[in-house]
Amino acid sequence: MTFDTEYFNAGYLDSLSYKDTFVHRLDPRTKILVSFIFILFVVSFPKYELSGLMPFFIYPVFLLTAGDIPLRAIAKKVLFISPFAIFIGIFNPLLDTNVMLTPFGVPVTGGWISFLSIIVKFILTVSTALLLIAVTSFPGICEALARMKLPRILVIQLLFLYRYLFVLMEEALRMLRAREARSFKKRGKEIKTFIRLISVLLLRTVERAERIYQAMLSRGFRGEIRVLKRHKLRLQDILFVIFSVTIFYIFRNFNIVSFIGETLSRSIR
Amino acid sequence: MHMADALLSPVVGGTLWAGTLGAIAYAAKKLKEKMDERMIPLMGVLGAFIFAAQMINFTIPGTGSSGHIGGGMLLAILLGPYAAFLVIASVLIIQALFFADGGLLALGANIWNLGIYPCFIAYPLIYRALVKQNALSRRITLASVLGVVIGLQLGAFSVVLETKLSGITELPFDTFVILMLPTHLAIGLIEGFITAGIVNYVRTLRPDIVENVEAVKVLSSGGSLKKIVVVMAILAVLAGGAFSWFASTYPDGLEWSIEKIYGKPEIPERSNVIAEILLEIQKKTAILPDYSFPAGSKGDREPSWPAIDPGTSLSGLFGGIMVLGLVVIFGIGIKVLRRFRHRT
Repeated sequence: MTFDTEYFNAGYLDSLSYKDTFVHRLDPRTKILVSFIFILFVVSFPKYELSGLMPFFIYPVFLLTAGDIPLRAIAKKVLFISPFAIFIGIFNPLLDTNVMLTPFGVPVTGGWISFLSIIVKFILTVSTALLLIAVTSFPGICEALARMKLPRILVIQLLFLYRYLFVLMEEALRMLRAREARSFKKRGKEIKTFIRLISVLLLRTVERAERIYQAMLSRGFRGEIRVLKRHKLRLQDILFVIFSVTIFYIFRNFNIVSFIGETLSRSIR
Repeated sequence: MHMADALLSPVVGGTLWAGTLGAIAYAAKKLKEKMDERMIPLMGVLGAFIFAAQMINFTIPGTGSSGHIGGGMLLAILLGPYAAFLVIASVLIIQALFFADGGLLALGANIWNLGIYPCFIAYPLIYRALVKQNALSRRITLASVLGVVIGLQLGAFSVVLETKLSGITELPFDTFVILMLPTHLAIGLIEGFITAGIVNYVRTLRPDIVENVEAVKVLSSGGSLKKIVVVMAILAVLAGGAFSWFASTYPDGLEWSIEKIYGKPEIPERSNVIAEILLEIQKKTAILPDYSFPAGSKGDREPSWPAIDPGTSLSGLFGGIMVLGLVVIFGIGIKVLRRFRHRT
């Protein structure tokens, strides 16, 4: 069951976010900002760009190592979840068959290059998104969103969703287990049963929401939820932003890859 | 059909983010106007419910493979368009962060494709128009199926447009449409019937859940339907206007069509030395260099990789491998440093 593992993975990512390292201590706002700028830089590359993307691996690698995140946790997810990008990208090698270069006598078509470019961009952007949550923690992200002036109701909604995500997932897992215990082979998965299951889950959810509301009322809820502000913008946050954006800019605008490559091949000769 | 960062260009992704943020602000404002306190926990827990419901799978009739629900329309029916839109947005935010569905730039596009169409088009214009209070269950079925199908078709078509405008795929427009729309028609039909089944079933057990929100909405839906459409239109125009500046300075689709005309690598090199230098300067100063060329001028300089000169391509290969190696060394360096500092 893939969702089983996905579920535990989500919990795992969450547990990683409570570490205490340099990147974990940075203000969540700076991390969101830098990650977003990073992604903009990555996707701004034209579709045949491949070598120029390589230096950009430095950002996810930095988050990974400085944040003390196990590589396997991220790599596994990035490798498994990419059907759509591959589905769209795989047509490029079939449709674009112009031979663009022939390294060591092997002809490489434009389609393969643009396909690889999509895959590399995909790895860069998706691993960054996963690492962002792994080094920030979800409440941290919500705090940042609130302070970036996103509508309060959305932020509250996110906090609620996150709080009950695991509770309801466990509920669904229990129902799945019950279904499996009562049915053989492929039976029990018909749409009719499915509708009943989901409906029951929905009813339980609504009833839970009612209980939660009662509990909130009895604890003094008056239609206002405050978001804890734990972070302050410090010098190292500002330096982190300036430093990373400068590096991205240099990587984007100066072709260091071919520079290194040229000096290398010259020295070989 | 989650969009992915890798398939989007900055302009397309940014435009959709702007539109999505506008819609979020609008929905939040609308909700605030007549907020029912009970809605706050209900919205949050229903968002979690979508995740939980997606863990339960069913066998798709006739195929043997299994699927799960999306749930956008169901939320709109249960919560009304504004609250449902915010719930869908937050579900997608969590999916982007924890499950790496798409990425951060594509998040704007995903909220647009999966949130705006069911909540602000399919729900008010189709579902609400067909289902009045105390409607027969047959009518609810019809409305749900129609609503889900149309919402999904719009979303799928948007995915095609967004990918095509970003100029990443080689798929011709019509083939792409033929690939996407029929599959999503099938998905939409199944999802529609399931949505209807759930709504009807819940109605028999706890009519208040469905009817309650309905009653509130009937009171408010009279004039606000037109308002929604008007506001959406204004939003679209605003987003378009704000970004047409970007679009004209950073001709994204144009670049792509130029490529189509010239055929990629054999683009004629017809620049002289001065133009070359100017271009180089421009390249170094622009934030998004490849987007800063005015449409007609030197779009031909675009790709830096496909220079056919074997010398440079080989150096690109070497350089790329070298840089990757350096990045790995950098990572190991930090790791070692961390361990070292741990010990002292």
